[in-house]
Amino acid sequence: QPNWISIRLHHVSSNTIITKWPVIKTQIEDSTENYKTNDHEMRNIVGDLRSKIDKIVQGGEEAARALHVKRGKLLARDRVETLIDPGTSFLEFSQFAGYQVYENEEVPAGGIITGIGVVSGRQCVIVANDATVKGGTYYPVTVKKHLRAQEIARQNNLPCIYLVDSGGANLPRQADIFADSNHFGRIFYNQATMSGMGIPQIAVVMGSCTAGGAYVPAMADQAIIVRKNGTIFLGGPPLVKAATGEEISAEDLGGADVHCSISGVTDYYALSDEHALSMARNAVAGLADNHLADLSSYPVEEPLYPAEELYGIVGTNLKKTFDIREVIARFVDGSRFDEFKQKYGETLVTGFARLYGQKVGIIGNNGVLFSESAMKGAHFIELCCQRKIPLIFLQNITGFMVGREAEAGGIAKHGAKMVTAVACANVPKITLIIGGSYGAGNYGMCGRAYSPRFLFMWPNARISVMGGEQAANVLAQVQRDRRKREGREWTEVEEQKLKQPVEQRNYTSEISALAHRISGENIAKETIVQALTSETFYERPDVVEESSGAQPSLEETIVSTESNVELVEQG
Amino acid sequence: ANSSLRMFSTERINRVLIANRGEIALRVMRTAKKLGIETIAVYSDADVNSMHTKYADRAYRIGEASPLKSYLKMEKIIEVAKESGAQAIHPGYGFLSENATFADMCKDAGVTFMGPPSQAIRDMGMKNAAKKIMINAKVPVIPGYNGSNQETDFLFEEAKKIGFPVMIKAVFGGGGKGMRIAWNEQEFIEKLESARSESAKAFGNSDMILEKFVERPRHVEVQVFGDTHGNYVYLWERDCSLQRRHQKIIEEAPAPGLDMHTRQRFGKNAVDAARAVGYVGAGTVEFIMDKHGNEFFMEMNTRLQVEHPITEAITGVDLVEWQFKVAQGEKLPLSQEEIPLRGHAIETRIYAEDTEAGFMPTAGRLEHLEFPKNARVDTGVEEGDYVTVHYDPMIAKIITIGSDRNNAIWLMDKALQQTHIGGLCNNIKFVRSCLTHKEFVAGNVYTDFIADHEQELLKTKTPPTKEALIEAAIGRLLLSSFNNVTSKGPFHASDYFRLNHHAKETIKLEENKVEASIIDNENLLLKLNGERLEIAVKDVQRVDDTLYPAVTFTVESQGKRWKSKAIQLPDSIMIYGTEERKWDIPQETVFDDASAAEAGLEARSPMPGVIDKVLVAAGDAVRTGQSLVVMTAMKMEYVIKAPFDCVIKSISCIPGKNVAKNAILVKFDKEV
Repeated sequence: QPNWISIRLHHVSSNTIITKWPVIKTQIEDSTENYKTNDHEMRNIVGDLRSKIDKIVQGGEEAARALHVKRGKLLARDRVETLIDPGTSFLEFSQFAGYQVYENEEVPAGGIITGIGVVSGRQCVIVANDATVKGGTYYPVTVKKHLRAQEIARQNNLPCIYLVDSGGANLPRQADIFADSNHFGRIFYNQATMSGMGIPQIAVVMGSCTAGGAYVPAMADQAIIVRKNGTIFLGGPPLVKAATGEEISAEDLGGADVHCSISGVTDYYALSDEHALSMARNAVAGLADNHLADLSSYPVEEPLYPAEELYGIVGTNLKKTFDIREVIARFVDGSRFDEFKQKYGETLVTGFARLYGQKVGIIGNNGVLFSESAMKGAHFIELCCQRKIPLIFLQNITGFMVGREAEAGGIAKHGAKMVTAVACANVPKITLIIGGSYGAGNYGMCGRAYSPRFLFMWPNARISVMGGEQAANVLAQVQRDRRKREGREWTEVEEQKLKQPVEQRNYTSEISALAHRISGENIAKETIVQALTSETFYERPDVVEESSGAQPSLEETIVSTESNVELVEQG
Repeated sequence: ANSSLRMFSTERINRVLIANRGEIALRVMRTAKKLGIETIAVYSDADVNSMHTKYADRAYRIGEASPLKSYLKMEKIIEVAKESGAQAIHPGYGFLSENATFADMCKDAGVTFMGPPSQAIRDMGMKNAAKKIMINAKVPVIPGYNGSNQETDFLFEEAKKIGFPVMIKAVFGGGGKGMRIAWNEQEFIEKLESARSESAKAFGNSDMILEKFVERPRHVEVQVFGDTHGNYVYLWERDCSLQRRHQKIIEEAPAPGLDMHTRQRFGKNAVDAARAVGYVGAGTVEFIMDKHGNEFFMEMNTRLQVEHPITEAITGVDLVEWQFKVAQGEKLPLSQEEIPLRGHAIETRIYAEDTEAGFMPTAGRLEHLEFPKNARVDTGVEEGDYVTVHYDPMIAKIITIGSDRNNAIWLMDKALQQTHIGGLCNNIKFVRSCLTHKEFVAGNVYTDFIADHEQELLKTKTPPTKEALIEAAIGRLLLSSFNNVTSKGPFHASDYFRLNHHAKETIKLEENKVEASIIDNENLLLKLNGERLEIAVKDVQRVDDTLYPAVTFTVESQGKRWKSKAIQLPDSIMIYGTEERKWDIPQETVFDDASAAEAGLEARSPMPGVIDKVLVAAGDAVRTGQSLVVMTAMKMEYVIKAPFDCVIKSISCIPGKNVAKNAILVKFDKEV
């Protein structure tokens, strides 16, 4: 089909024989009511997501942007666009960082843009401060996002390009960003250790690099600075005045002329942002070649079915089930999937496929994990590790099976085998959370704690220890038992009164794609983890109704009710 | 048997040397190859890699780029002919084609000169002698002076006798070189001197003839052919009225508006003229036709003409084949009655020239070249070749034949639309505007046509239409990602993937800005001049075998759909779509600190060329309009004049040296 892609396919040799793995035959009918409802609801939340992103990609306040441009500087996103090869992809990280995190303070994209882009034909991690967001100062989430980008660079052996334009640490929040192991200092630690590993570090100074920030260019392998706008100093003019009484302009103290001609801190002298970015492109062009980064030249087949149909297949109601193979069929090459152990542990689908020609092992949930499914998963993961085939996890999981039978069958032991296999897998892992991600299922299916190289989450997806309904049932059961012991009555009305807000609050505390922390009411700051959620999502009728299809827990299976009580107390 | 074999070997040509270059050399070689004749090319240093050098079976280097040191070196060419064993030399047109001395030298060397006898060349070459012969042969001629007295004052008196306007022509001239019109007494001397200098340079002789200049004339010429057996035929006439600076641009056959009776009268006069000088081979008798349809003999071109293909088109005759037959002593293949006249043919000449800058010839590389597939194209260049300052700047001749004149015109217009020349200014737009001018379509052609309609014809620079902006914006986007090595994986694919939003690009097209929001592989939103347009881009294809990145694509916008082509040249983008347009866009932004030159305080060369004379020295005070430097380029002479009263600060050029376009020649001190 001749379109812009045809340029892409132009170079792909068609001589290689394509592996004739079986093609997944879709069972989807787009005329069903269910499909239409799913499609409609999914489009709504994707639309909601897009409208939020539209706002976020604008960056800081309009006045701040206007001032930025007036100084002859390019906006952070325009810098990225100018840096990367025209027409290529930019895979942005952590777009929702800082979204509704700091009460009344909006910190779009966490005040920093990070992602993988192609520069001079080479995939690089780009880290660009957005000076229009609070002067580009580092909030805790900014630090976290910066470190995450560096982690990706390290794991994937990608050169780093820092487009520096930052006022340094956000002083009112210094306690949360300065001294801990994963705080500001780690940025420079990473620069030093990555450089030591042979991962190139390039800095482009396009604005302030004050105090700690001065180390970004100083610790880089190569540094470029823009005349007039770029400055580097440990202490700015006000600090110098206070400390020594010396009066000096920022440009004279740490401008391009000083650092290119006298101090030698920077290596290249640029006349403008555009000039600096072209120098950065030249610097990348001069890096040693990395042949490992090139994918195999295996011919790429487009999937047989349109990705658009995922809207109608998946939908937003996490209680509705769908066949994970329908999802696989819509992203792997030629919709070809060589399924492994098809008739065993059927709630976990495993098999081989190709993605842009690259062989991958796919593990997808098709229901709750039983002992057999867990053993199958462990087997498949080990198989892929033996063959050095990267793994892709498709999470839509209510958890491991519970109950007398399951426990007696050793689900804990078999689940542990899978968790062990995931944890120890020495191949690249990529996780997509496309539905529910509940309980230990999150662990077994390579959640964040299991260091997938990338973790993607769809806007319909949710992560939590358990679904709201189960949480409420568990708590109601605990109360009922207590009353029973105390010989008091427990009415249906009381039960509803307890359950209703628990279901509600548990849901709001779940993690969604828009969330980087738990945002339930009255939550202490200490409990902030890597998640939050949004009103628009949890006010939707389908999610207010009920939350998940996870299996209800029985009292005996709950090892410690203490943690649940704590959770409820915290909301 | 032995002697008959010898007879055969001397008459039959089986190896020919083509003493020419470019399209005509290739034209001759094509017929030679068709007839099984081996071809020998000669080339100068500038033509080492030219098509004619490569196409020939064998090629010999004959000297430096300058024609005087190569294509005009008679001894050298004859030496090559003998060394290579060529029995004949085809001179093409220009260069040695009408050089009687050369024809004699060929004869002396035992090589057949594929042209008329030297005496016929001499008779026709000397305009004054030719005229006398024509008067004797009762061929009508035009009043004028052609005599040996070449004193300036005498010629001035003669001019006054003839009455102004008077045309001054080089005795050995042709093709507009060494030719001037003096409109009044005041400018006669200046024009005479200028014609003399050009003629001396081009032909090594500065003798001039004068004649009455016929106003609003038509240039009608007749193709004649004679053999060694005394047979003569005419192959109908051509109208070459559309000229500028006496260079033909559009030629057609037959001449419009002539009835068969007139046509035959022209033919008969032409044959009479040829017979009068004992002509042999292909020749052209030029007539000037006044408003009333009366013809006057102008001159006879004793060679194959540039515009011979249109005669071939209407008669179906291969004129070069006839030349070979006649040179081999054969009789003319057809009698007068057997020569058909079918349809109407048009030829346009595509030149490397800047029409907007007064038809200034340009030189440089043909960065992109695509010719139409539905027309005959005679060319000597291919993509990547250079148009040099040494030779004629003609890039190609396009020939179409239609059932009638209108049909031929529209076929030509279509063919020119599909003629894509990138990297050099050219006259395609201008030729098309002539071709489609209502007066031309109506057949009202005469030699001053272009001068009279210049205002309308030169309006080739129009602001871009909406469609032009759309296709340029898309072309630019496609070309900007052209070199991505997309086989390296999805990151490198040219699909502008952005997570959860769309890539936005501001496309700068000279002074226009187009905002593009790229939605997916096929769809994008463009914002131009405040209007939002949904655009679909389809059928994107790389063009193979081009020197520079080129893509073709189909655009869909507002219910319209059209095809377009974009080529990325070093500092511009060429778009061939709803219209042909060049966009000056530097491919790589150059970051240069250099302070802007002191604009206006220097004289620059208007085109690439060779410095002839420097007439001033540093420190001289000069007046507005005073000549400073004389340069030669494209065989034309250019005088660089002082733009204002000033003092010469320094001279930056040396006589005899080449200069590039826009090179600083003279620096001035501020106005005094």
